[in-house]
Amino acid sequence: MSPILRADSVSARDGTGGPCARVRLIDICKSFGALRANDHVSLEVMPGEVMCLLGENGAGKSTLMNILYGLYRCDEGRIEIDGQAVSIRSPHEALAHGIGMVHQHFMLVPPLTVTENVILGTRSLFRHGSILPDMRSVEKQVDEVACRYSLRIDAAARVSMLSVGEQQRVEIVKALYRGVRLLILDEPTAVLTPQETDELFHTLRVLTAAGLSIVFITHKLNEVMAAADRVTVLRDGVVVGRRLIGETSQQELAQLMVGRDVQMTIEKGSARPGAEVLEVADLTVAGDEGRKLLDGISLHVRAGEILGIAGVDGNGQRELALAITGLLKPAGGRICIAGKDLTGKPPHEIIEAGARFIPEDRQSEGLVLDFTIAENLILKSFAKPPFAVRQMLQRQAIDDYARRIVKTFDVRTSSVHAKTADLSGGNQQKVVLGREIDQHPVLLVAAQPTRGLDVGATEYIHKALLEQRDRGVAILLISTELEEVLALSDRIAVIYEGRIAGEVAGDRANTQRIGLLMAGVRREDCD
Amino acid sequence: MAAGTVSKDALSGLDKRPNALAGLWRNVILPVLSIVAALAVGGVVLLIAGYNVADAYSALWQGVFGNTRNIGEAFLRSTPVVLIGAGLAVAFRCGIWNIGAEGQFYLGAIGGTFIGLHVAGVPAPLAILLAIAAGFLCGGAWASIAGWLKVALGLNEVVTTIMLNYIATGLVSFLINGPMQEAAHANPQTDEIAASAVLPRIWPPTRLDLGFPIAVVVACLLALILFRTPLGYSIRAVGLNREASRHAGIDVNRQYLLAMLLSGGASGIAGAVAVLGVAGRLYADLSPGYGFEGIAVALLANNHPLGAILSGWLFGALGSGSQMMQLTAGIPAVVISILQGLVILFLVSFRILGDRIGRAPLKGR
Amino acid sequence: MGLITALQSLLTACLRMAAPLIYTTIGETYDERAGVVNIGLEGLMLIGACTAFVVAFFAHSMALALLMAALVAGVFGLIFAYVTVTLQANQIVTGTAYNLIGLGLSSFVYRVLFSNSADTRLEPLQPVSIPVLSRIPFIGPILFQQTWLVYGALLLAIAAAVVLNKTMLGLSLRAAGEHPRAVATAGLSVVRLRYGAAIFGAMLAGIGGAYLPIAWVGVFVENMVAGRGFIALAIVVFGRWKPMGMLWACLLFGFAYALQLRLQTQNLQVAYQLLQVLPYLATIVIMIVMRGQSAQPKAMGVPYTERA
Repeated sequence: MSPILRADSVSARDGTGGPCARVRLIDICKSFGALRANDHVSLEVMPGEVMCLLGENGAGKSTLMNILYGLYRCDEGRIEIDGQAVSIRSPHEALAHGIGMVHQHFMLVPPLTVTENVILGTRSLFRHGSILPDMRSVEKQVDEVACRYSLRIDAAARVSMLSVGEQQRVEIVKALYRGVRLLILDEPTAVLTPQETDELFHTLRVLTAAGLSIVFITHKLNEVMAAADRVTVLRDGVVVGRRLIGETSQQELAQLMVGRDVQMTIEKGSARPGAEVLEVADLTVAGDEGRKLLDGISLHVRAGEILGIAGVDGNGQRELALAITGLLKPAGGRICIAGKDLTGKPPHEIIEAGARFIPEDRQSEGLVLDFTIAENLILKSFAKPPFAVRQMLQRQAIDDYARRIVKTFDVRTSSVHAKTADLSGGNQQKVVLGREIDQHPVLLVAAQPTRGLDVGATEYIHKALLEQRDRGVAILLISTELEEVLALSDRIAVIYEGRIAGEVAGDRANTQRIGLLMAGVRREDCD
Repeated sequence: MAAGTVSKDALSGLDKRPNALAGLWRNVILPVLSIVAALAVGGVVLLIAGYNVADAYSALWQGVFGNTRNIGEAFLRSTPVVLIGAGLAVAFRCGIWNIGAEGQFYLGAIGGTFIGLHVAGVPAPLAILLAIAAGFLCGGAWASIAGWLKVALGLNEVVTTIMLNYIATGLVSFLINGPMQEAAHANPQTDEIAASAVLPRIWPPTRLDLGFPIAVVVACLLALILFRTPLGYSIRAVGLNREASRHAGIDVNRQYLLAMLLSGGASGIAGAVAVLGVAGRLYADLSPGYGFEGIAVALLANNHPLGAILSGWLFGALGSGSQMMQLTAGIPAVVISILQGLVILFLVSFRILGDRIGRAPLKGR
Repeated sequence: MGLITALQSLLTACLRMAAPLIYTTIGETYDERAGVVNIGLEGLMLIGACTAFVVAFFAHSMALALLMAALVAGVFGLIFAYVTVTLQANQIVTGTAYNLIGLGLSSFVYRVLFSNSADTRLEPLQPVSIPVLSRIPFIGPILFQQTWLVYGALLLAIAAAVVLNKTMLGLSLRAAGEHPRAVATAGLSVVRLRYGAAIFGAMLAGIGGAYLPIAWVGVFVENMVAGRGFIALAIVVFGRWKPMGMLWACLLFGFAYALQLRLQTQNLQVAYQLLQVLPYLATIVIMIVMRGQSAQPKAMGVPYTERA
């Protein structure tokens, strides 16, 4: 693990740390089970500034802000607003202290109008003011607030009719209407077009000019440079750096965000790739309101090699995996597996063609938790011999098979008839792995295969994947863990906003370059 | 409402409590506790109403076990709800809310009656078999309407199955007042079915007929299908985790349709058996609400067809016993409905409260 | 002018038959809009009917009878809210239990109190004529010579629409049934909203049931609700979860009920079953036709879990 920077005191480099900070979070700690999401994190935001919280997935940015907004309670630490210590136990209290939040997934009720959404929760339900005699006068109030900050919205429009950019503006007006003085934006540009992003930045400048503080959570470096005054970088739950924008660069931030180059600890022989097994050509997947989740993506994987798809979550990885495995119908493009065109075909045909899938959420997509281990192992093959003969399940054959898999894949359990829900995450993933690779598939799509697993289980999965590669399986590895991608892949492609931003050979990989590609910086823009 | 709990704490690495104990808790202890609690509350209601609770419950007991005839009546009364409960167990395991067992029962009765009226020359075993097959097909078809509406058009099956219940009773009324009315055209009922189709009594002097054994056989068959065949496997998989089943290539819609077919068919057999047995003909109000009792039976049995034999017997015994209780102790038989409802409420509440106590509170996302 | 009087009497009966449905469906509309589905309306209506009859018979006060019916049903509603909102038990299962309990309890109480009574009749509510308005030709007697429970139903529909669409309370309820997390992040309590909706819905179902003995037939008959509670569920879908929609849908069903009763006396055997099942067939047809434009609240029937 690379060395971790610890900030012992919250001292802004501009030297104005102290009682005039609008919000101070001091030594915040928060754990979920064994996972330390925030480890003594401190943050300070001044009035009228844009503070960026930068980090990869799982760095702890959203957790920290959810604590500030009262959605979570911290295990340790203090919060101060305008110099006063406060305790925030609910969004209601956060709003009362002048803190507002625009979530990544909008908290807007689609069938209601903009005004109705804005005033939700702002007046008492039963006392004076509860009756809305004239929506038009309330709409005018909302319009006034929006105008004051140069935000274009239609107060009478139904939210379901609005574009994503417009909806986000409504979310901002919602907070402004309630008189917030600090606004948190969680990955606001994840859903915006470039033009809408520019409009958002303009809005942020208007807001800060009026004295508001902004906390901007992101993983995109170009936006940090364009919008922020200061930036705090989190990695693995810890603050690894604080910088003034004027005194840093994208390269430095990328390095902080992603960590120094990691020593590869896995012995990996060189690949001997064979014929092309998977070909994806110009694949498009449409989302709500015409947004393109996959935007003409193309890639290929050959037998006996691992293609790693690196990228921050939400850039189309999920849709890529689902489209290839037949669970999502593409709007355009072509998918060929082992020479057969399987675009848009149902999952069972893709399974028949020899493709297997380790899904990113083993509990909701990969396993039926209430089934036994044995029952889960036959989930894709239960209807055929040797597990079913003449419409009867063959208990003995199933049990023998299950015992063999449990032994081969080192699943720690007392019996193949134990409920899968009772296994640890690592053992659950081994069950999925065993099921998918035991029959030597032609293609294996592995999405976030070691998410939530401990070091031992992770090592096991990595070894298993390399073994399969050496046996000639074509592997598409999709992972937000850059170290994992670097350690396993023969070739690395970076996915950004639904397209491949760039491809690098595995042995010539350079963390920094990949980090920049992941963050949306084009090759021409660095060094 | 899947049976079993879902572990969300994948990071803990520890195994939870052993399976056997959990199974005993959910399938035996909790249902028994719920029955006891229901009897307690029911006792309070009786007390407030001025009845002697001890007398009431002992009359109930006598009504079930008091003499041979009563024991036979208990089995007789439980036949339809065992069938319906076993069928609903299949539907509920698939995650499909079949509230239409009442209507499917009646359609099965229509089918069974039709065959029963027209098999005068056919030898007895074959006649009965044909009538039961007709019951299965008619009940299954009726359920499939709602199943198809759900799968093809996305219509909520709770509402559609309830509507189909009423349409079914309307259909019965139409038939017994019209095309299928008895030759004498005196009453709204059909003629008596042919002698060869009548279910033989198997335990004189009681009225118990072949219906109960048939119910047990059907329940066993459904259990076999559910737990030993690929079809049952996929039905259960879909009910427990629809998304993972989709990932595995299972055709989710097909499972919904088949589950509805099976459960409607079982209710249909119940209707046919009712006509072929004591009723002897089709008339209105053949069912005093078996379709709804069946829901309670399935839930009490944790959606296991074999368990439905036991819980079906219990509800049937309560039903026939309460009739006796009304005769001997003068306590209105409808108190049974209160008990049935309370059992469901307590069972559902205890299961959740039990889950909450058995696990450390989660501090998750 | 036999036809005119026949039509008049039919429409008058239509309003009378629609009233209990209006109360029940508006209650369930509020319930479902907030995200809670209660299929135990049949049971709640029976409880309301029985309570109202008993209180009216012994206390000789219709107003008290109605009040008690609402209160008792409300208590049942509170228990329903606890089981489905706090314990997050399955709403369908719980509703089924309520139907069984409602049927059993109402029949039981009636038999215990009245099995030995010979004369168990109430003087049902008499229509109250509204001066001047009731003299309008044709529609006067139809609209303005009804019992005050019918007037109440009509006013309730209008008031319910106003509250749902024009007050903060209505806004919050509607939001809770579509996107409960948005409501929570706006600082409101989804739990409290759903409790309130469940209790309110149950109380109105109780009043809807109470109507039957008090304002219609003057007696209590076991199982007298005869499926209206289930029809109400369908009407909520039919009326697209809007109070005014409920009003029109209930009038339609009331008309069908009234027509069916009239025709029964005409000895048209075949036609009457078709009319009997018409409401149910119509519901399925409407559901098919409107399947693309479902106005169903998104979070209906889905338990809401607060996070840590």
